[in-house]
Amino acid sequence: MNLTLALFLIVVGITLVITGWAARRTRTTVQFWAAGRGIKGWQNGLAISGDYMSAASFLGIAGLIAFNGYDGFMYSVGWLVAYLTVLFLIAEPMRNTGKYTLADVLSYRMSPIPVRSAAAFSTVAVSASYMMAQMIGAGSLIKILIPSLDSALKPWFNWTVLGTKLDPSITVVGVLMMVYVIAGGMVATTWVQIVKAVLLMGGAILLSFLVLLHFGFNLGNFFNTIAGVKDKVTGLNFTEPGILYQYGKKSVFGIDLALLDNVSLGMALILGTAGLPHILMRFFTVPNAKAARQSVVWAMGLIGSFYIMTTFLGFGAATLVGKANICATVTANCKPNSNLAAPRLAEYLGTQFFGGTGGEFLLAFIAAVAFATILAVVAGLTLAASGAFSHDFYVNVIRTHILHGHVSDREQVLVARITAGLVGLLSIWLAARVGATANAAALVAGVAFVIASAANLPAILFTLFWKRFNTWGAVASLVGGTLVTIWLVAIGPGWTVPVNAHPAFPLQNVGIVSIPIGFALAILGTYLGELVKADRLAEQKFHEIDVRAQTGLGAEPVPAG
Amino acid sequence: MEIDRSRLSQPSSPPLVEEGEAAPASEDVAYWEGLERTDEFRQLITARMRFVLPATAFFLVYYFLLPLANGLAPGFMRTDVIGHVYIRKANSVFDRFAAMVRERAARGRRTTP
Repeated sequence: MNLTLALFLIVVGITLVITGWAARRTRTTVQFWAAGRGIKGWQNGLAISGDYMSAASFLGIAGLIAFNGYDGFMYSVGWLVAYLTVLFLIAEPMRNTGKYTLADVLSYRMSPIPVRSAAAFSTVAVSASYMMAQMIGAGSLIKILIPSLDSALKPWFNWTVLGTKLDPSITVVGVLMMVYVIAGGMVATTWVQIVKAVLLMGGAILLSFLVLLHFGFNLGNFFNTIAGVKDKVTGLNFTEPGILYQYGKKSVFGIDLALLDNVSLGMALILGTAGLPHILMRFFTVPNAKAARQSVVWAMGLIGSFYIMTTFLGFGAATLVGKANICATVTANCKPNSNLAAPRLAEYLGTQFFGGTGGEFLLAFIAAVAFATILAVVAGLTLAASGAFSHDFYVNVIRTHILHGHVSDREQVLVARITAGLVGLLSIWLAARVGATANAAALVAGVAFVIASAANLPAILFTLFWKRFNTWGAVASLVGGTLVTIWLVAIGPGWTVPVNAHPAFPLQNVGIVSIPIGFALAILGTYLGELVKADRLAEQKFHEIDVRAQTGLGAEPVPAG
Repeated sequence: MEIDRSRLSQPSSPPLVEEGEAAPASEDVAYWEGLERTDEFRQLITARMRFVLPATAFFLVYYFLLPLANGLAPGFMRTDVIGHVYIRKANSVFDRFAAMVRERAARGRRTTP
C-alpha cells in the first residue's frame, strides 16, 4: 500500500509548491481576497466546477447511481441546473458591484453595521456547516481509502483538546487547508482548485473510457447490461425510477412524503448554489462581467460533462463490480458502502486492463484525487468564512464604523490570515466532535444549501432587483432565514441518533418550507422598516446599484492604451 | 458600435464608493437616477429581462417537472445550449447597451461635475 501513500505525498507536494508560488503574489487585500482580479474566465470556470465537484458529489453521486440506478442519476441534474440561476441573475451583477464578499454588495444600499453583521452571521453558518460535512467525510474517507495514511499519522497527531479526541485524518486536512489559505490566500485556493479539477476530470475521463472499452464502445450493449441489474429490495430494474425515492409510502397533508422531500431537496440545490459564499467569492476574482459570465458557462460545461461521466462510473460499478462487492474490505456478505463505488470500479478496471499493479495504481490514484478534492474545497470554505469575519465584521463594522478608524491594507491582510487560522483550528475541533455522530455529514451539507437559499438568496436578489428593499428586510432574511432553517432541521427527522420516528417536522430536507419563509421575511421586514421609516437611503441608493450592476459602470477596468 | 474608452479612464468617472458613507448628496442620487432613465439603460434592461425572465421561468418549471412527472430524460444538453445562447446574446447585445450607458455617463460627468 506504499503506492497510495506515495501518490498522496505527490499531490500534497504539488499543492504546497503552488502555495509557495502564490504566497509571493499575496500581499495586498485585493490579492488575498480576490487573487488581484487576475483570474481568467476559463480558469475561474475550472475553479468553480472544482468547488462544486466535492468529494461528496464525486464519490457520493457515483455511489448513488451504482446503488439506486436511475434515481441516483436524477440527483445529479439539479447540481447543473443550479448554475442557470447563477448565470442569469447573479454572476454579472455580483462582479459589477462587489469587492470581496457578499456583504459588500448588500451594503451598497443598506446601513453597513446591521447588514454586514447579519451577512457575516449567515456566511459563517453556511460555510461552517458545509465545511463540517466535508471534513467529517474526509475523516472517514481517508480511513477507508488510504488506511496506511491514517495509521502513519496516528502517532503524530494523536491529540486531545478540551475533552475531544482529535481525528488524525481530519487534523491533517485542516492543517493543510490552513497552510494554503494563510500563505496563499485566494491565489493558492484558486490554483489548488484548478489543479484538482483537472486531476478529477482526468480520472473520470480515464475511468469512463475504460468502462466503455469494456463494453466495446457499444452503448446499446452497455445499457442492456444495466437494464439487466435488479434492485434486491424493490425488485425494480436499474433503469426505472423508484429505487431511491419510494413513492406512495407515507404522506403529509395528503401529499406524498418522498415527493415532498425530493422537490424540497431540488429547491435547495438549484437556489442554494446562487447563495453559497465560496462560489460567490469566485466572481470577484475575474477582471470583468464578461469573464464572470464566461466562467459560469465553462463551469456548466465542465460540471455537465463530469456528471455524464459519473453516470458511466456509477452504472459501470453497478454492472462490473456489483453492489455486493462495494465494501471497505471485500468479503462475502460485507457491508456495502456507496462512497466506494468509484474506487472499487477503478480497482476492477485497472486489474482488467493493466494487471494487478494497474488495479492497485488506479485505486491509489482515485484515492489521491478524492483527497485533493476535499483539500481544495475546504480551503475555499475557510477563505469565505474568514472573509465574512475579518473583512465584514472586524474591518468594516468594528474598526471602520464603530471605532471610526482607518485600517491599513497590511493590517487587513494580517487579520484575514489570523482569522483563517482560527477558522481552521475551530473546524478541526468541531469536525472531530460532531464526526462521532453518525448520519451528520450528509445532513449538515444539506443545511448549508438551505441556509444559502433561504437567507442569502433573497437578500442578494432583492438588493439587486427590488427598489423598495431596505435594511430591515435584508437583516430579516439573513438572520431569520438562517435561524428558521437550523430550527426546522433540529426538530426534524435525522438530527438525533437513532432517527426519531415521530419528529415535530416531517421532512429531512427543509427547503420547501424555509426558503419561502426566508423570502417572506425579507418582504415583511421591508414593509415593517418602511412603516417605522427606518431606512430611507436604501431606496434612493437603488438607482446607483441598479446602474452599476447592469452596466459595470465604475467597476470594469479600462484596458491600458 | 465602438466607444471612446479614453473618456472612461478619466478620474471624473465615478470611483467605487466606499459603503456606509453619509447620506448621498442629492445631486448624486439625481445623477444615478438620471442614468437609469436614459433610453440606453432602458433598452439594456428590456433586452436583458426579455431573455432572462422567460428563460429562468422555463428552466425552473422544467426542472421541477422532472421529479413531479417522475420520469423524462434529464436536460444536460439543453441547459448547456441555454448557456451558450446567453453568452452570444450578452456579448452582442447587452454589452453594447452597457457600453452606451457608460459612455453616456462619461459625457454626463463633464457637464455636471
